[in-house]
This record gives sequence, structure tokens and C-alpha cells, in this order.
Amino acid sequence: MPTYTFNLNGQPVSVDAPSDMPLLWVLRDKLGVTGPKYGCGVGVCRACTSHINGQAAQICTVPVSTVAGKNVTTIEGLAKGSTLHPVQQAWLDEDVAQCGFCQPGQIMQAAAMLKTNHSPTDTDIDKIMNVCRCGTYCRIRLAIKRAAASM
Amino acid sequence: MPDVTRMTPADGQRPVDRRRFLTFLVAAPTLTVAARIGLDALAAAPAGAVVPSPDQPADLVDFGEIMAGLTGASAELFVLEVTADNRVRFEVPRVEVGQGVTTALAMIVAEHLDARLADVDVPLSDARQELGLAQSTGGSTSVRTLWEPVRTLASMARARLVTAAAQRWNVPASTLWTRDTAVWSPAGLSATYGSLTAEAAQVLVPEVSPLPKQSGYWLVGQPTGRVDGRDVVTGRARYALDVAVPGALPTVVARSPKIGGTVLSYDATTAGSMPGVVAVTQIPTGIAVTAETFDQALKAKAALVVNWSAGTVDGVSDTDIKARLTAAIGPFAVPPLLSQRVDATFDFAFVNHAPMEVGSAVVDVRADSAEVWVATKSPTNVQSAVATAAGLQTAAVTVHVVRGGGSFGRRVYTDPPVEAAQVSTAIGRPVKLMWTRNDDMRHGRMRPRSHHQLRATYLLGNVLSYEHRMSCVPVDITGSGVGDALVDAGYGSPTVGTAFFQLSEACPYNFGVVTEALAEVAYDLPTGTWRSVYSAQARTVEEIMVDEIARALGWDPVSFRLTFLKNNAERAVVSKVATEGNWGRLMAPGTAQGVGFHQEYGSRAACLVEIDCRTSTPRVTKGVLALDVGMPVNPKGLQAQAMGSLMDGISTILYAGNHLDGGAFREGSFQDFLYAKQATAPLTCQVHVMPATGEPGGAGELCVPAAAAAVANAYARATGTKPRSFPLNF
Repeated sequence: MPTYTFNLNGQPVSVDAPSDMPLLWVLRDKLGVTGPKYGCGVGVCRACTSHINGQAAQICTVPVSTVAGKNVTTIEGLAKGSTLHPVQQAWLDEDVAQCGFCQPGQIMQAAAMLKTNHSPTDTDIDKIMNVCRCGTYCRIRLAIKRAAASM
Repeated sequence: MPDVTRMTPADGQRPVDRRRFLTFLVAAPTLTVAARIGLDALAAAPAGAVVPSPDQPADLVDFGEIMAGLTGASAELFVLEVTADNRVRFEVPRVEVGQGVTTALAMIVAEHLDARLADVDVPLSDARQELGLAQSTGGSTSVRTLWEPVRTLASMARARLVTAAAQRWNVPASTLWTRDTAVWSPAGLSATYGSLTAEAAQVLVPEVSPLPKQSGYWLVGQPTGRVDGRDVVTGRARYALDVAVPGALPTVVARSPKIGGTVLSYDATTAGSMPGVVAVTQIPTGIAVTAETFDQALKAKAALVVNWSAGTVDGVSDTDIKARLTAAIGPFAVPPLLSQRVDATFDFAFVNHAPMEVGSAVVDVRADSAEVWVATKSPTNVQSAVATAAGLQTAAVTVHVVRGGGSFGRRVYTDPPVEAAQVSTAIGRPVKLMWTRNDDMRHGRMRPRSHHQLRATYLLGNVLSYEHRMSCVPVDITGSGVGDALVDAGYGSPTVGTAFFQLSEACPYNFGVVTEALAEVAYDLPTGTWRSVYSAQARTVEEIMVDEIARALGWDPVSFRLTFLKNNAERAVVSKVATEGNWGRLMAPGTAQGVGFHQEYGSRAACLVEIDCRTSTPRVTKGVLALDVGMPVNPKGLQAQAMGSLMDGISTILYAGNHLDGGAFREGSFQDFLYAKQATAPLTCQVHVMPATGEPGGAGELCVPAAAAAVANAYARATGTKPRSFPLNF
């Protein structure tokens, strides 16, 4: 079984895994990182959304072999110590979460978007495909705008 | 079943039950008080004293009252503890699935104890057989049934802490006050609750009133962020499959391509030899594959060769069920005579619960005991079901209730933990079993397909009669704690489903003679209670009908409701959304407003939406909701529930349903099950929480029918059509 090395939330990790094992299961089942969630396994619900080299990715469909040498950030690595990322803080300020299951993915998606789009419009926000079955969409929209204003 | 007929009652509010509780000290080194809800806690109020004419059953008693009454009769015992390190601990006999019950209960405790909210811990209680149905979550009953016992407990604890401080300081207890998890004196003394708890535990007779306050709330009613918010945004919130249970092995189940198919034979030669595979186990619902990782389990599952039996509904499709549902509809009772009438028929497709967290459970069955980690709304049902699956005594099974990633009614059922118990028993290892999204969509439970026929007669500007006949595939209520509660209360006849229908459906309008009845058409496929259960369909079509009656009589929909609703509290929420939503404003062709109303659970709600139907995918662009829950504990939590209900209304009316094709459900994930996403959610949503007027009613499911109806009514007004079959884009 090959070994893959990548940076996970700022720390180098090495893991033995089949080359086609999705990063989601490498993180959850081999490394015990449970922030990214399984919601569909086909990149549709986006509850697993994390960052690969700063870009949002649905890691349930990303083979571990493709992240060798790259920087992987999960929800656990978004804050700087005890200081929340502005998107996390905005999520708290707008009290976005209900069940919370999709929110790691929602937050990582929003954080990635705000890196390149400092002032997202409603049309930009409409392009976010992450599903929230509790229906927190209106508060997500407010939180993204709040985070954008604070960054 | 017989029709329930009544004449229109007079204007009036339902009587408010006063709930009474006994509290007593638990022998413990620190202050621990418990409440036992007395048998008289929910003694039926003489409803007839207020409403002289015959009521529909749901006007007299509803499920929440049955739930509270039953739990009282089964020796309910909740415990609140003040620890020496100044923490207040209330073990929550409910599950948190996003509805915010832990935050609301922590607020009630903090309020009545005068503790800082941050000092209150609200862990979810393990299954406790002695609690029985009192531990069930469902029916929008949690805050409604726990408000009085929890605040009684907290008030009792506060009285004893004050008394302990008074005795320590040798001052009259009546001169002391409480704030910030401490007792304070005029002389400037203060003592934390933690420092007083051992002495408070010795206080037998409090020297200040132990009764809950009735006004002057400093926290209850204040918009408050979730107590678990930080855990969620940092990824620390733990769901069942996130719990680190040593040695628990990922497990998935190969299921029949048809609903209800079972294994005739299988060949696991290839699958069993694949990397990481630990075991292949036949269980009643399929072939379970256990491996070192979920990836390996999923790949091995795909390599299984299984010969499946026929399914239970092979060859049956939506059209077949619709035809039988239509044929099963009972006759109307009121002859039309010389009046005019409005007739309408409606259909709803099957709808999956589709919580974001798929069916999941971790189970460790050992020789003489078992341990379970699961998000369940029926912990004691899980306990007994796992015991049966594992061949153990119920008391040998420990069920740890963990937070759930949504429920919407799905988690009252016990199927994932039972499967996990079967596998763990067979292989002698702890397993973490996960349904895939496909499993959840195609073998998970459905809100049943339903058919509705409605008729209203009118003459000289008055509605003389209103009749609603509904037929549906039976909701599997018996598989839930909800069903057990109804059966125990004697509401099982002729079926639990029809009894539940009669207890939950009541026409809120002065429509003369009202009759409503449910007919069930049985199919062996998995159904379940779906947020607001029958009301999500029955009351939604009733509200669409109200718009059509109003149109026939030449009324504006809002004015019509304000005139024909029965009481002022109901009118108030309609007026609120009409005012805040600028009802009647000029709108472009192809766009329109719509309204809906609902009352249930001792609460009432109205919704106004604006819809844009100028593109191929209609979009609700704005939502305005108002809800009156009697006593709003956390307005933020209520707003979240109302917004979520609006998304359910948007989804089930416009986009989201599940096709039954020849004995199998078609949709497999959120790719084709079109629940609302950001692009189909409103750009703005306001929720107005009405001021407190009494005790808490239910809130979790309250807004679904009002919201769904508002969407359908807006669509009708925007397009000039009469929407009849939902979802419209199916």
C-alpha cells in the first residue's frame, strides 16, 4: 500500500492508503479527523467540503493520491488557535447553524469564495451548491456578507 | 372510520392547562432536585366550558397533551444538579437534532436559577427505561412538555441555595438575591452556587418561595445564540460516526434493488478477499460488509453478488397508488342542495426525510451487555430493539444519545442501530454502521403519497360546509415512540394513523359544518412521520382551498382569513405578515404574493411569500412569517425553525419529491431529490415572534403547512393556475 504525505491543517502527515481512496475516508477513518462529513459520497451535497491548496473541494470524490505534497485544510484547521476565522465568527454572529452537520462544508465553501471574491453579490452566493436540509440558507447569506464586510 | 362532524364553535381560545409538579430532593452530596410529574399534571380541562358546540377532536386534546399526560403517568423523573465546581447540569431527556432544544432548556434552567447561561451544561441523557416515552422527541412537544418541570426544578434548586447562604451568613433568606450563578447579600457577601451546593443539599424546607416566577424574565424571551454554536463552527460537534469508539469497524449494507427484497443467496468470494474487509454478514435487510475503512467496505459491497427475492411492491408505481388512493376516498356527508360549491382535488408525491446525516449508529455487543451511540428520538425503543437483536436483557443495553444531523421525523425509528446490533452480535466486534445516501433515499422512510378531495358549499356570502377526505399510504406510526404514546393513551382505533389524524387536524375557520376523514391504503413500503405529519399535506391543501373559496366569494385572501378565522390570536399572526410583508403591493406580471395560516400544538403561525414564476424554475424571493407560541423561550431558535419550515414548504410544493417506479424509488441523492439550495431559497426571510401570552406551545413543525400553502397560493396567483399535484416540478 503506497504512502502519501501532505500537509493537514499545517502539519505534515503521512498515511498508507490505496491510491484511489477518497480523501474524506483517509481523514475520517485513518487520521481521525471528523469535521468533514459524509452526506452523499458523490460530491453533490458538499458536506465534506474542505480546502486543497486553498481551493474548496468535495473531498469525498478526491483520491488521496492527488493531494500528495499539497496543503489540506479542514474545518478543524480554519481558526488560528482560539481566534476564529471571520467566516466562523460571522456564522456565530448570525447564529447560522441548526443541526450543524452541513456547516463545516458551508463554512469552508464560503471561506474559499471570500479569498477571491471580497464582496460577493446575491448572484455569487446563489452559486453555492452546498445542501442544508435544516434550511439555514438565509442566515448563510447574511453571514457571508457579514464576513465579507469584516475581512 | 366515522366522520367527525361539528357545528362552528363560538369565538374563543382553548383553555390553558395548568401543570403541577411535585419536586423532591434526591439523596446526593450536592444539591440535586428531581421533578415527578403528577398524574394530575395534565388533567383534562373542561374544554366544553369554553366551547359549547361540538369540536373536532384536535380542538379538545392534541398529541402534545397526550404525550405529557402519558409521561406523567409513567413516573417521569428529571434531574438537575449543581456541582461543587459551580456547574449547573441538566440531563436533557430529548435529542438535539438541530431544533435547538438544548439551548432552550439551558435558557429555562439559567433563567429560573439565576445562573449564567455559560455555566449550564445540557448533556443528552442516556436511554432510561424508567422515563419510557417521556424520553421521546417528537410532535413539537419538547419545550411544551418540559417548560414547567424544568423551571420547577430550577426554582426549587435556587430556593435551597438561597436558604443555604442565609443559614451560612445567619441572615434572613428573604434579604438575599441571586445573579450570575451566585447568591448575594445586602452586606456585600456573595457565594457561588458551587460553594453552597453541599449545604443546599441538606436544606429540607426552603425559606424562600420555591415556585417558578411568572414574570420578570431576564433570559427567557431574549434572542440567544445556540449553546453549541462554537462546537459546530469549529468542527468539534460530534455525531454518531464521529464518536471515537475503540475498535469500531466501518460497516455498510448491500440492499435490494427493489423495496423489501431479501437475500436468497449471495457470493462474497471476491468481496470477502478484498483489502481491509473484516467480515461479510447476512442480516435481514441485506448483506453487511465490515472493513477497516468505509471506502473499503463500500468497494467490497459493490463486489458482492447477491440473488435477491422479489420486493414487496414490485411493479407498483406512483400512478397505481394514486388510482387506489383516489378510489379509497370516502363520500362527502353534506348534500349540496341549493348552495354553490368549490371542489378541488390534490395529490402529494412521496417525500424522503433526507436529513444531512444519513442513518448511522455505533453498536458494541459484548457477551452480556451492549453499548450504543446513536442520534435517536426514541432512546428506550432503541434500547429494547437492540436488546432483542442482541439477545440481551433490556437493562444490559446502554444507549448513549448523541446529537443528530437533522431528523424531520426520521430518527424516531430504530433501523440503523438494530442493523448495527445484528452485525456486532454476529462478528463479536464493535461496528459503526452507515447507510449510504442511496440507502437513505431508496430504503429510508417516506412521507406517504396522499390524495385529497375537498368540497366547500356557500350561500349568500357564507360558507355553509367544509369537507376534506384524505387518503394516503399509512404512516408507520407504530414504529415510533409517538405511536406507542398514542396506543398507550387509547388512541389506536380504528388505526393509530387515523387516530393521529383526528387528533392533529382541525379546521380553524368558521366554515359551518366541518367534516374531515382519513382513509389508509396499505402498501408494504417504508413510511414515516415527516415534519408536521398529516398537517403538512392536509392543512396545506386546506389553505389552498381557503384561497379558492375566497376567490369564489370575491374576497381578498387576507381579508377572508381575518373574517373567517375563529379567534384574535389567529387573526393576529395573519395581520402581522400582511402588514410586515406589505400585502397587496403592486407586483409585476408573473410574480405574486401568497399567504397561509396554521394552528396546532397550542400555537399559531402565518406565512407570506413572494414568488417569481417568470423563469422555468419558479423561485420564492421573499418570506415573511409570524408565529405565536404562547411563551417564546428563544426567539432566535423559533426564527430558525420558521425559516427551515419555509424551506420545507418551498421544497415540497415546488421541487422535491420521490418517484416510485415499479417497486423502487428513483431518486438517489440531492442531485435528483431537489430539496431547496441557495439558488432556490428566498433572498430575504423575516420571522416575527409574537409576544408572550401564556405557556409554551409547540414550534418545531408549526410553520410547515402555513409556508407550503403560502408558496402554492403565491404560485397560483402568479400563474393564474390552480396547483393540484405536488411537487409542481416533478
